[in-house]
Amino acid sequence: MNDSTLSRRDVFKLIAAASATGAMFSDPVQAKPPKPLTREFRNALSDPDFAHPSIPWEKPLGESELATLAVLVDLILPGDDQSPAPSAIGVPDFLNEWIGAPYQENREDYEILRGGLAWLNTYSFQRHKKPFVELSEPQQTGILDRICDPSKAAPELAQGARFFSKLRMLTLGGYYSHSATWKSLGYVGNTPIAGAYPGVPAEIIRILGLEGEI
Amino acid sequence: MAILTDRKTVREYDVIIVGSGAGGGMMAMVLSLHGVKVLMLEAGRNYEPTKETPMFNTPEQAPLRGRSNPDRPFGHYDATVGGGWQVPGEPYTDKEGTDEEFWWWRPRMLGGRTNHWGRISLRFGDYDFKPKSRDGLGFDWPISYQDLAPYYDKTELMVGIYGSNEGLENTPDSPAGILQTPPKPRAGELLTKKHCKGLNIPVIPIHRAVLSEKLDGPARAAILFPNNPLARKLVAEDMTARAACFWATDCGRGCSIRANFQSTTVLLPPALASGNLDIITDAMVREVLTDASGKAIGVHYIDKPTRVDAIAKARVVILSASTCETARILLNSKSTLFPNGLANSSGQVGRNLTDSVGSSLGGHIPAMESLPPCNEDGAGGNHVYSPWWNYKNQEKLGFARGYHIEINGGRSMPGMASLGILDETSPGVYGKKLKEEARRYYGANMRFAGRGEMIPNEHCYCELDPSRVDQWGIPILRFHWKWSEHEIGQATHMQNTFAEIIRSMGGKATPRPGRAALNKPGEIIHEAGTARMGSSSKDSVVNSFGQTWDVKNLFLMDASVLPSNPDKNLTLTVMALAWRSAEYLLDELKSGNL
Repeated sequence: MNDSTLSRRDVFKLIAAASATGAMFSDPVQAKPPKPLTREFRNALSDPDFAHPSIPWEKPLGESELATLAVLVDLILPGDDQSPAPSAIGVPDFLNEWIGAPYQENREDYEILRGGLAWLNTYSFQRHKKPFVELSEPQQTGILDRICDPSKAAPELAQGARFFSKLRMLTLGGYYSHSATWKSLGYVGNTPIAGAYPGVPAEIIRILGLEGEI
Repeated sequence: MAILTDRKTVREYDVIIVGSGAGGGMMAMVLSLHGVKVLMLEAGRNYEPTKETPMFNTPEQAPLRGRSNPDRPFGHYDATVGGGWQVPGEPYTDKEGTDEEFWWWRPRMLGGRTNHWGRISLRFGDYDFKPKSRDGLGFDWPISYQDLAPYYDKTELMVGIYGSNEGLENTPDSPAGILQTPPKPRAGELLTKKHCKGLNIPVIPIHRAVLSEKLDGPARAAILFPNNPLARKLVAEDMTARAACFWATDCGRGCSIRANFQSTTVLLPPALASGNLDIITDAMVREVLTDASGKAIGVHYIDKPTRVDAIAKARVVILSASTCETARILLNSKSTLFPNGLANSSGQVGRNLTDSVGSSLGGHIPAMESLPPCNEDGAGGNHVYSPWWNYKNQEKLGFARGYHIEINGGRSMPGMASLGILDETSPGVYGKKLKEEARRYYGANMRFAGRGEMIPNEHCYCELDPSRVDQWGIPILRFHWKWSEHEIGQATHMQNTFAEIIRSMGGKATPRPGRAALNKPGEIIHEAGTARMGSSSKDSVVNSFGQTWDVKNLFLMDASVLPSNPDKNLTLTVMALAWRSAEYLLDELKSGNL
């Protein structure tokens, strides 16, 4: 099993955070005996504080990149009267958190997303002389239609198709793992029920032909 | 207050218990309720499920939407503190020449692994205690099912288990009045049952350590402790304080209403209420100390907050530190009298290491698409399962022993991967149509996981790494592993069976046969066997009570003592063995033999 893939930068951040509370290491220059761990010491990664979640790594994307992401995620899963737009529930910020994380899958996604956003703006500039966010919606979907399906995209757009495939799946994950979307998806759990567990409703029994099983 | 945060032990103890999980927790409860003064040492921090459990927290309140990662292998909300397959500052290694990388799971918290486990609580059957007599492989136990049955009864009464009695082969029933009503199956579980009929695979209610109903504390306590008024009172009160499951949140998070079993929700509270149990947390035990006559006198531990070495003494020492950690402590307890480590005259400490054979396969089930919304959280774990069904055909299968099937799927709380299927089903789709696709495919999948019996072999063991220590200065373990043809054959059978089930349900599946089908050794977190019980000091480490042959006042009580590792998961059996061992120890203490 591999050790944690925290980068050096993240480890230093953790140490700095812990040292600030006097919790992790003493100052080596002063050569005092090591300070004991305090009872309150927690490691934000392996012993997280659920009441006060914290993210001990940097979010890499800047404002203009986030603005582009906001347009993209809302085109991928547009808001409607059943559920909010992804940009309204912080999906772009979540994606920024996701690609800043030190784990292998996140590092791979960092490369695809950050480079892909820049690729998209370049492609937009080449076609329309404007960055993606300034295009009309038909112009935007016109571009997305060319890259949305990797099996059909032109070979010279393969990088864009790879980017959009990844972004689409991460958006699906980030959006539907947010509780504000659950009702529209059909998840109605995470709520207490008194008495016995009610089991499968008659309608589903009928649809699945389970009458003989209950 | 018996959690000794000031680290000052207040009196002479009768018994020291190292570890606070299933084995240590049960030993501590039975002993302290009978007036024995117990000091428990736990390597991790204090942990209070009633205050700390993130019951209804949603993914967007967690880093990375709660997704699993190397620091949180079962996701952000999993009830594991300070550990996982890696514990910061406490490495382990693989011995050169090993076939497989071993994964060693350790939490660092009060209650140990009982805080996050699957709560699957299946009794071992008649065959499981005499495997060698049946097929010539592995080891027989020095006891039979009948010896342990009364302690299964007690443990189930104490813990609260839902399930049913089906009278199936080698799948013991519990006496009437013990099991609680199992929750009704979910849609996917019923659909699996329907299609498994044609394959002759039984699908029946599983047994899990979750209260489906409130416990009748006074009635149960009266059965458990008929002649012990104090125990009866404390246990009755504590059982009454536990709530029934409210059918929400995953049991792996722990349980703030104490509906599911954790050592910290069921065993430690009445033990602490007796006033006879003290606990020191953050105390990392290094070795068992012995006197010139070879008797155990206490333990040497590292007080983690201060990094200071310390000693605790008692008349009896019990190691319940988990299968591999218990072996590590014994191997590190070297002296002139015990040059190969304590209680190791047989040379068997660290040997015979097993884990469950694990393999799983999932598939999309078209019939489950676009179902009306329905709350399928249920008991936060399985409602049904398939016990091993091939006892009669075993000889035709080409491998020994069997497995059970854990059945998962349907509309669980959405996470990052819940809609991963759209990558295949709906390429190129975005916009309004993608939302329709999400609603169509969400929850339309089933996953089958096999948990099978591995047979101990000479190639699977742990031993001390000759050169490395952990951050507490304690020599670390290294592992060696090789699967036999039995495990590989069993995993292949799992894959083919699961593919058959998925196809019969209308889905598509591609099985992965052979060694690639197997989970990593240690990945199922069912390690056993490193200090096995037997009938002779020549080839085993302890007798059937967990008492070491070499040191009369040293007991082991965790899965290290199991001579075999049946497919039925270990925790319930560890607790039943611990109760039996505690009664024996009480008798021995009373009669002055220790």
